[in-house]
Amino acid sequence: MTAWFNDFWSIYSTLVFTVGVHAMLALSIWLTLSCGLLSLANAAFMGIGAYASALLTLHLGWPFGAVLLAGGIAPMLVALLIGVPVLRLSGVYLAMATLAFGEVVRITILNMEITGGPEGLNGIPLATEGWHILLLLGITIYGLARLRRSKVGRAFEAIKEDEVAARLMGINVAAIVVLAFVMSSGLAGLAGLLIAPITTASVFMGLSIALKAFSAAIVGGLSSPRGCIAGGILLGCLEALIGLWRAEMREITLFLLIILVLMIKPEGLFGRKTMEKV
Amino acid sequence: MLEQQLLNALTLGSVYALFALGFTLVFGVLAVINLSHGALFMVGAYAALAMVTRLQAPLWLAMVGAMLISGTLGLLVDVLILKPLRLRNAPHLIPMIATIGVSIMLTTTAQGLFGAEAMRFPEETLPAGEFIIGEVHVRALEIAIVLISFILMAVMFSILKRSQLGRALRAISESPKAAWLLGIPVERLFHAPSFVAAALGGIAGVLIALDFNAITPGMGQPMLHKGIAVIILGGMGDIRGALIGGLFLGFAEVISKAYLSSQMGDAVAFGLLFLILLVRPSGLFGRQLERKA
Repeated sequence: MTAWFNDFWSIYSTLVFTVGVHAMLALSIWLTLSCGLLSLANAAFMGIGAYASALLTLHLGWPFGAVLLAGGIAPMLVALLIGVPVLRLSGVYLAMATLAFGEVVRITILNMEITGGPEGLNGIPLATEGWHILLLLGITIYGLARLRRSKVGRAFEAIKEDEVAARLMGINVAAIVVLAFVMSSGLAGLAGLLIAPITTASVFMGLSIALKAFSAAIVGGLSSPRGCIAGGILLGCLEALIGLWRAEMREITLFLLIILVLMIKPEGLFGRKTMEKV
Repeated sequence: MLEQQLLNALTLGSVYALFALGFTLVFGVLAVINLSHGALFMVGAYAALAMVTRLQAPLWLAMVGAMLISGTLGLLVDVLILKPLRLRNAPHLIPMIATIGVSIMLTTTAQGLFGAEAMRFPEETLPAGEFIIGEVHVRALEIAIVLISFILMAVMFSILKRSQLGRALRAISESPKAAWLLGIPVERLFHAPSFVAAALGGIAGVLIALDFNAITPGMGQPMLHKGIAVIILGGMGDIRGALIGGLFLGFAEVISKAYLSSQMGDAVAFGLLFLILLVRPSGLFGRQLERKA
């Protein structure tokens, strides 16, 4: 049994890592979307988490537990800082503002000495083990499931359906929205921290992973975190399989499939169909 | 050297405006943020390059060809992907994601066909003249870029303002349902802006490629972000705003590159966008929109 597991693990550990990280990011995206926020800053928060943890490990030699904490908290602080003014925007404008924020983060990281510029930070010791990711993912899923049934989770739902109505019912919309944004950024930071030793922390890592995670969330369906995770696992495995077939066709095939799914089932593979109300 | 910088800014700004014009047109009429616009821009540049180097076409013909190719691709994106989504009443997030997918597919295809290295137009195909006015060096190329951009934009403005098609498109952008009830064939009229917007994006790609003389598969991404910055500056869906916003961004970028820091020029553009969104979410020139219950 252990021998079989060791074989399996030596071949597929990277796959488990990527799938786990994709799922984590998909959840972070789901969290903001479940509150009706279209935020595109997840890649930036992921980068902040990755760089913060890499710098702390490489320069200050912090232990893994402390780095884990810091990698989650650093993006949350930034999110709190920009969230308060930015979240007054809604819809497309919020998407654009968060996209702009992401660009500013990327360009800043690219031009700073300590972050290693375009090459990024290499040689981050791999302290993450498979069960770390699985454990973190499990805690996250459990936490989010509890959250959905709590007062805060219901407030998310209410704000998503109608912000004005939610406010009239006495929900502190501004605070709840910032809370969702900050929690989502923490998750994204954790995902960045976990993947950084594998891909090296670089400014280019966030974009394509975040896009895939975004697609995973959408393909799985946004109505539940379960759909997001299923989407993340599905896309992660698919990516690995297509990579085995022909590596250069990976991106094209993947996004072609995503577009097809969106066209056939816009609400996502596991999503509920929402009716259009007149 | 302020005059020289102003000339650079005008060149860059007019191409930004041209790019953003198509972008904002699609948003105004189809109410979709087409995130593949940057990739169509890149396709235009490669199409022109391929025509110049492989078919020995003259540059003007390559430009027309690039517009046709990008335009056709844009039309295909609308007919094959956005239209089915419209018919199924997909939430507005879905077309955005689908166009991101298109953009990545086009970028990886270009990388497969032409390689990741920067390619350039052969020296002898570029207009070579240079004038010196006072202390300012004016390349014939820059004059051509500014002229082409402004002529195309002027044509667009007059079509939208004066023609029957333009009136119909403006009606659709106010309210597709009302336009449909008035007997405007809404679905059919979506073809024109999709084609024209992508064609404008394509020629903008050729012009930027000529100005910097470098073409890479990834050139569309920063341009897309700048296009977004421009249409936010000018107000989403606002044609005149795109022109003013494009020129404004060109000036802001060139001036901050020249006088602040060469690397942070791009960050300035997005910092600016960020600030404007916070202060005036409907854009510098946009009208304040009331939320309808």
